[in-house]
Amino acid sequence: MEITNFTRAFDEKAGLFLVILPFPTKAGDKSSHFFCGNIYNMLFHIKRSVENQLKKVWSYMGMEKKKKSEKVKIPSWVWLLISFAAALVVWTILSIIPATSRSFPNIIVTIQQIPVMIERGVLFTDIASSLISVICGYLIGFAIALPVAILMAWYLPVRNILQPWIVFIRNIPPLAYVPLIVIAAGVGRKPQIIVIAIATFLTMCITIFQGILNIDNTLIYAARILGASDKDIFVRVLAPASLPFILTAVRLGAATALTTLIAAESTGAMAGLGMRIRSLNSNYDTKPMLLYIIIIGIIGLVVEKLIIMAERKLTAWQETRKV
Amino acid sequence: MAEEVENKPKIQIRDLCKVFKSRDREVVALKDINLDIAENEFLTVVGPSGCGKSTLLNIIAGLFPPTSGMITLDGREIKGIGRERGVVFQQYALFPWLTVIKNVCFALEMRGFSKEDAEKEAIKYLDMVNLVEFKDHYPKELSGGMKQRVAIARAYAAEPEILLMDEPFGALDAQTRTQLQVELLNTWEKEQKTCFFITHDVEEAILLGQRCIIMGTHPGRIKRIVDIDIPYPRGPEVRLTPEFNELKNLLWSEVYTEFLENRK
Repeated sequence: MEITNFTRAFDEKAGLFLVILPFPTKAGDKSSHFFCGNIYNMLFHIKRSVENQLKKVWSYMGMEKKKKSEKVKIPSWVWLLISFAAALVVWTILSIIPATSRSFPNIIVTIQQIPVMIERGVLFTDIASSLISVICGYLIGFAIALPVAILMAWYLPVRNILQPWIVFIRNIPPLAYVPLIVIAAGVGRKPQIIVIAIATFLTMCITIFQGILNIDNTLIYAARILGASDKDIFVRVLAPASLPFILTAVRLGAATALTTLIAAESTGAMAGLGMRIRSLNSNYDTKPMLLYIIIIGIIGLVVEKLIIMAERKLTAWQETRKV
Repeated sequence: MAEEVENKPKIQIRDLCKVFKSRDREVVALKDINLDIAENEFLTVVGPSGCGKSTLLNIIAGLFPPTSGMITLDGREIKGIGRERGVVFQQYALFPWLTVIKNVCFALEMRGFSKEDAEKEAIKYLDMVNLVEFKDHYPKELSGGMKQRVAIARAYAAEPEILLMDEPFGALDAQTRTQLQVELLNTWEKEQKTCFFITHDVEEAILLGQRCIIMGTHPGRIKRIVDIDIPYPRGPEVRLTPEFNELKNLLWSEVYTEFLENRK
């Protein structure tokens, strides 16, 4: 039975590859001889698998009338491909329309910029420089945000004093206070890290703090009634209960770190994705500029996907809302 | 019943009042509550919503203090939360990040069991509620009835002397509720424990309890205490007997008149 279930699960995932797996998909009177090498039986199963797969392919393409009961679900990676293709179409249209064609050079020209920028010796140093600043700033931001958020949730005075500060600073665009940081910290790597640390700290601190406040009080009561000490409550209830919010904060913080890149690298940086975009801007060199913008986008997408994967692993116990 | 009164009460509640203060007004949630609960007694509480029955339970549990009056357990005054008073909440309050068995282990580990011993001991309590085969499931994978069974197993695992239950079956469908009522009765008859059981369901109050407290509103108070002289072991078929129906009419009219007065 388990083998059959396995092939079915496999069937949906791996599509046509199934046909090379010599497992029966349904136990019939003949398939009991299956493993004895009944070649006709095997061929029959292969034929049927191919038919099933073809049916699915037809229905993807809408060439078969769908019955309501057996609507075929399009897997997420197919959607991703469709989305990607649609984006390329929109990009191409933008590169043709005269009004936008200068801002959006077409795909081929943009990709051709990769070897050009490598030859200029800047592409990899820019990416590396930005990643170092983002990772350092982000880690520092998180390291401060977590304890501060916990203190704010735990002690009312801390909350009452710090919360207005955070809301106040959060609404100021980082570009506005960059000069102050440069005056205080000088130029180079240091101010970049400070700017990213501040921005990510603010986002993550508020997210974690709100999350801890939303923890169901009954869980804390239940633990106390079972005899849990303050330490038990913290380690065994508050920490796991706030993990989903911490992971959300981690995700939002990563996005903030990248969106703050331009501001962070306007501190007289020598290299960096943000710095390069600004310097290319001075002579309206849109082809490499677009390339750099897309690189930032791709980094963001990859980081977000990785964090979501971690989230699924770590908080699989969560009740999920069905959309 | 006469012999039981002579027993020293397990819990004594004397002149208990609870006032909730909000910015511009005071709400008297409980007024002059006096009540004795005997050892191993199964006591049920009914009353319209807002009569303070949950407040009373929370004060006995020690989740918040009374405004005046006092509660003693075996002659000692209750201050704060204590493991000798277990609570089963209506919303289960299971830890969603722990599997069924780990939820029960939590209670055992708080009693000082080592991790390994707790796992072994937990099976005993899961067996009591027929959930051993679901021990490695997470709460989100269980039905409401199963979640509440885990919560009951966890409360029992803490070995409390008195079990406080706040409408534990209120969120369940009728069949599951009947099943859990019978299971709870069986467990209580076997393990003998003092139970304080809040419900809004008059039939449930009669089926389970030895005595039923009817509470009134504005202010929250004890209106009447009814002895339920139906012999144990009781099963769902008790509902068909004339005594049951008599009691049901009595309790129902008491609660309903309170509800009507409340509306004026």
